[in-house]
Amino acid sequence: MAKVILDFERPIVELEQKIADMRKYADNLDIADEIALLEEKVDQLRNSVYSNLTRWQRVQLARHPERPYTLDYIQMMTENFVELHGDRFFGDDKAIVGGFATFENQTVMFIGHQKGRDTKSNIYRNFGMPHPEGYRKALRLMRLAEKFSKPIITFLDTPGAYPGIGAEERGQAEAIARNLFEMSRLQVPIIVVIIGEGASGGALGIGVGDRILMMENTWYSVIAPESCSSILWRSWDYKEQAAEALKLTAKDLLELGVIDRIIPEPIGGAHRDPLQAAALVKKVLLEELKALKKISLTRLVQERIEKFSKMGAWKNG
Amino acid sequence: MAWFKRSKENISSENGKKDIPDGLWTKCENCGEIIHKKQLEENFYTCAKCNYHFRIGSKEYFEILLDDGTFKETEKNIRSVDPLQFVDTKPYSQRIEESMKKTGLTEAVRTGTGKINGIPIVIACMDFSFIGGSMGSVVGEKVARAVDLARKKKHPLIIISSSGGARMMEAALSLMQMAKTSAKLAQLAEARIPYISVLTDPTTGGVTASFAMLGDVHIAEPGALIGFAGPRVIRQTIGKDLPKGFQRSEFLLEKGFIDMVVHRKELKETITKLLRHFAS
Repeated sequence: MAKVILDFERPIVELEQKIADMRKYADNLDIADEIALLEEKVDQLRNSVYSNLTRWQRVQLARHPERPYTLDYIQMMTENFVELHGDRFFGDDKAIVGGFATFENQTVMFIGHQKGRDTKSNIYRNFGMPHPEGYRKALRLMRLAEKFSKPIITFLDTPGAYPGIGAEERGQAEAIARNLFEMSRLQVPIIVVIIGEGASGGALGIGVGDRILMMENTWYSVIAPESCSSILWRSWDYKEQAAEALKLTAKDLLELGVIDRIIPEPIGGAHRDPLQAAALVKKVLLEELKALKKISLTRLVQERIEKFSKMGAWKNG
Repeated sequence: MAWFKRSKENISSENGKKDIPDGLWTKCENCGEIIHKKQLEENFYTCAKCNYHFRIGSKEYFEILLDDGTFKETEKNIRSVDPLQFVDTKPYSQRIEESMKKTGLTEAVRTGTGKINGIPIVIACMDFSFIGGSMGSVVGEKVARAVDLARKKKHPLIIISSSGGARMMEAALSLMQMAKTSAKLAQLAEARIPYISVLTDPTTGGVTASFAMLGDVHIAEPGALIGFAGPRVIRQTIGKDLPKGFQRSEFLLEKGFIDMVVHRKELKETITKLLRHFAS
């Protein structure tokens, strides 16, 4: 697959390429000073670009086609992954994957949205847009985890639940609602990580838990900026403004009390160094899991319900 | 060729559906029948000729369902704020103020207690006229408190939904109201308190994908649009026309997502029968 470079990444990537080229000749020529100078420059450039990302640029990073997806994280963080399939009602949704895996000596149920990397795999994965059977498979696996007292970790990365005829016929809304209802009272710890796009009910459908974590360059909101633009501005051209208005970044949502913690990414984003990204996610997950396991199940569920009950903003008029 | 161009609008365009028809006479939006306002009221705001159900608000539903003088409104004073300082073509705070002025309501849902044929219940009813019945923090919180009240009083809960979905102007906070209301309903279910969900035209998006689809019994009014994604979005996505009757109450009954389609004039009696079964 051709390397995808976002507009604001270009100057950095070009400079990096230049340094790499110069290194090839460094043995024959005395250009170490020049290389050091350029490296300093690229560092400064990285810092200025990535510390001033607009919300829309974060959305672009969250959608970067080279970003690690659910199965990549599972592969990089765990061992003995056994993928389980099917909702036992209708079929197996390829846009949601799940199964048991060994996560640092303990068995954990991993469930997540799964996107594809090229046209073929994206069609197979329906671009990470689940049908009702995806949510029902997820619920089946969560109940299985509960039955054997295994904690659950979910990865959110979807442009939304699929808006199609079959999805409506089979009760997309009911499937999502049922998951919200059941996840709120599951008797095992649940950690939710937004690893890419958290679009609306399609994301939340596997997103109720005890800890809600968000990677640094991801977004989570009630609607994608493009759709928001098309509805409120009646044009597709206001996506940047919509992204600003929606306050959809990890930093925004931490301030609004929607998430608990931000997981840092390697500079430039998870796609620049997937292994390091996975290591950072793993470190935080292990800490959170350890903390959650100390809480009694009754208290855990009670606190989970209280956590979501507090969300929102209103006044007494 | 000036006579080809109308200098003024002679034929008024039918812009949007009106919630409650004003004036003495009104035209059925479905069959064109001219109906007198009094006759419309007596017929529960439905067309006597074609059974078309006019879109009505919480005031009318409370009158239709509850015994006279039994309704006591709760949580009247919770108001929306503008937590994100959201501005699209106009500021959200201005939108709220305009909606309050236009509708005389304070938000897109009203909650309270009352009696249905003598049976005490807790009730919530949405108003589509208030920013498309969208669910922001206040709608989520008022529904959550109604669920809590039903649990505390051990009275059955009835929620009448009518909504375009979660409210965009509160973004992620609106989304979280889906989780909040669903979690509260899980607690109600564990306490074994009955919850009847009444779905009216239209019930879509985040409201369908949370409390509206979590009833012990689902009752829909005839012909109501009920779904997750709106028909326009689906049409755009699949690039095809949608089958006739798609996402209407009768379609959902056929697909197994609602228990019954009930004419508005029979709504109170149907709910009463169910409540008596639950209580017996």
